[in-house]
Amino acid sequence: MELDSLYQEVILDHYKHPHHKGLSAEKDVQVHHVNPSCGDEVTLNLSVDGGIVSNISWDGVGCSISQASTSIMTELVTGKSVADAYIILDNFSELMASKGTMKGNEDLLEDAVALAGVSKFPARIKCALLGWMAFKDASVQAIDGSEKP
Amino acid sequence: MKDFPILRRSMRGGKRLTYLDSGATSQKPQSVIDAQSTFYAEKNAAVHRGAHLLAEEADAAYEGARKIVANFIGAEIDEVVFTKSATESINAIAYSFSNSGAGSRFSLKPGDSIVVTEMEHHANLIPWQQLARRTGATLKWIPVTQEGRLDYSTLDHLVDSSTKVLAFTHQSNVLGTINDVAQLVAAAKKVGALTVLDACQSVPHFAVDVKSLGVDFLAFSGHKTLGPTGIGILWGRAELLDAMEPYLYGGSMIESVTMESATWAPAPRKFEAGVPNMAGAVGFGAALEYLNSLGMENVHAWEQELTQYALDKFSELKGVTVIGPKDAIDRGAVISFTVEGIHPHDVGQVLDQHGIAVRTGHHCAWPLMKKYGITGTTRASFYIYNTLADIDTLVAGVISAQEYFKVI
Repeated sequence: MELDSLYQEVILDHYKHPHHKGLSAEKDVQVHHVNPSCGDEVTLNLSVDGGIVSNISWDGVGCSISQASTSIMTELVTGKSVADAYIILDNFSELMASKGTMKGNEDLLEDAVALAGVSKFPARIKCALLGWMAFKDASVQAIDGSEKP
Repeated sequence: MKDFPILRRSMRGGKRLTYLDSGATSQKPQSVIDAQSTFYAEKNAAVHRGAHLLAEEADAAYEGARKIVANFIGAEIDEVVFTKSATESINAIAYSFSNSGAGSRFSLKPGDSIVVTEMEHHANLIPWQQLARRTGATLKWIPVTQEGRLDYSTLDHLVDSSTKVLAFTHQSNVLGTINDVAQLVAAAKKVGALTVLDACQSVPHFAVDVKSLGVDFLAFSGHKTLGPTGIGILWGRAELLDAMEPYLYGGSMIESVTMESATWAPAPRKFEAGVPNMAGAVGFGAALEYLNSLGMENVHAWEQELTQYALDKFSELKGVTVIGPKDAIDRGAVISFTVEGIHPHDVGQVLDQHGIAVRTGHHCAWPLMKKYGITGTTRASFYIYNTLADIDTLVAGVISAQEYFKVI
């Protein structure tokens, strides 16, 4: 069934047992992103220490795709440099824009390749990107903040 | 159904289309598609200008459509303004008010209030929020009960001598609730407030007569009423339209112009600056004629039957909650529901796999979702081309979503 390409088991696992969910007290910045077309929301706390993502946590409400994708993203970027996280983010964005033509680089994207099927459902791409865009926003703010004297 | 070509197309996996999203936009009968196409093929010219045969015929077609609209809602012809959408119609009223000079009956100031309801579509909320912001007036709202009805017990203290405008929906696009227009109009009349009725979800579905409703303004859209997109209606009582300021300026809407100033043509022309959506108006006229041929009483009766059947079927579903009145009294053919353990987007995705088109999300009524403590619903909205079998397909689809996500 075509649905199975969208809702892979790993996505449903992350949806039911999300990682890094529940806002941690430790944070440099907090961002709140919404998907205005459906009302899904994510609040993300981020700490960056010496250019490395040292702590990331989130809370939110949304569909299985947005929640699973945010969970997968937080797992991927934790402990990585922001620069490396951006490489992953760019790669993931490219996968989402691929209209089902790419499988995704599993070495780089790990569990996120399970979201490749989303790219065949244009209405759901924004769901998959919600948490990732929140991370991008938070990391820019965290870096800007740390550069100030 | 045979009149609606889109209903013959196939969906994912070759499934037939079960279209349950008419609250967002209705499908179009062939006669509407043909009317637009014929206008372009045979009569296209700019209306209200030009002295050639085409301009005369285009004029007759455009003004003929206005007459059909007026007859459909029991209005005078000059009380019907063509806009691009119901959203524009409501904004037009709000902007006309703020274009009025101090002391005019349309001008608002600090201390005045605008009253809306908690169940408004964003299109009948934000224009009033912004009018309040521009004028310093206060925005108030009539709350919604848990059952999805307006709390009329609050009317007396919310609608008071400070109230200048009472804007409300005829039928909620989320809950299906049909509001008690007579009671709301009476409350407004008592304090001399103007009433604005959002009729987007009522005019397509049952007979609406502006004179008997007693409201001052009414807005609805063409595309939810079997007509084309890009055409909406603003109706206002003649003496109000005469006294109001325009909100868009330019060609067609003037009486005379000098380099320093201009005067306005009488309504409705005053509110129709620029070359209008002529083909859209003509297509809309064809849509209303189609509805006339069915009879709005029959449309309403059929939708009542669909609503009752859907409510009965939904009441038997485990883990499914209908948001809105559970009985078919004063209620339109819209069923919003939540499914325990499954987000509306995911419900909609599984339904889509079965060829069922529904709306998911907040339905442009975000405050109402917050009121009920939910992020969104799945909404099935029905129209003349739907059948009881469509509801059976929907119910089977919901169960299949529950099975897919292993919540039952």
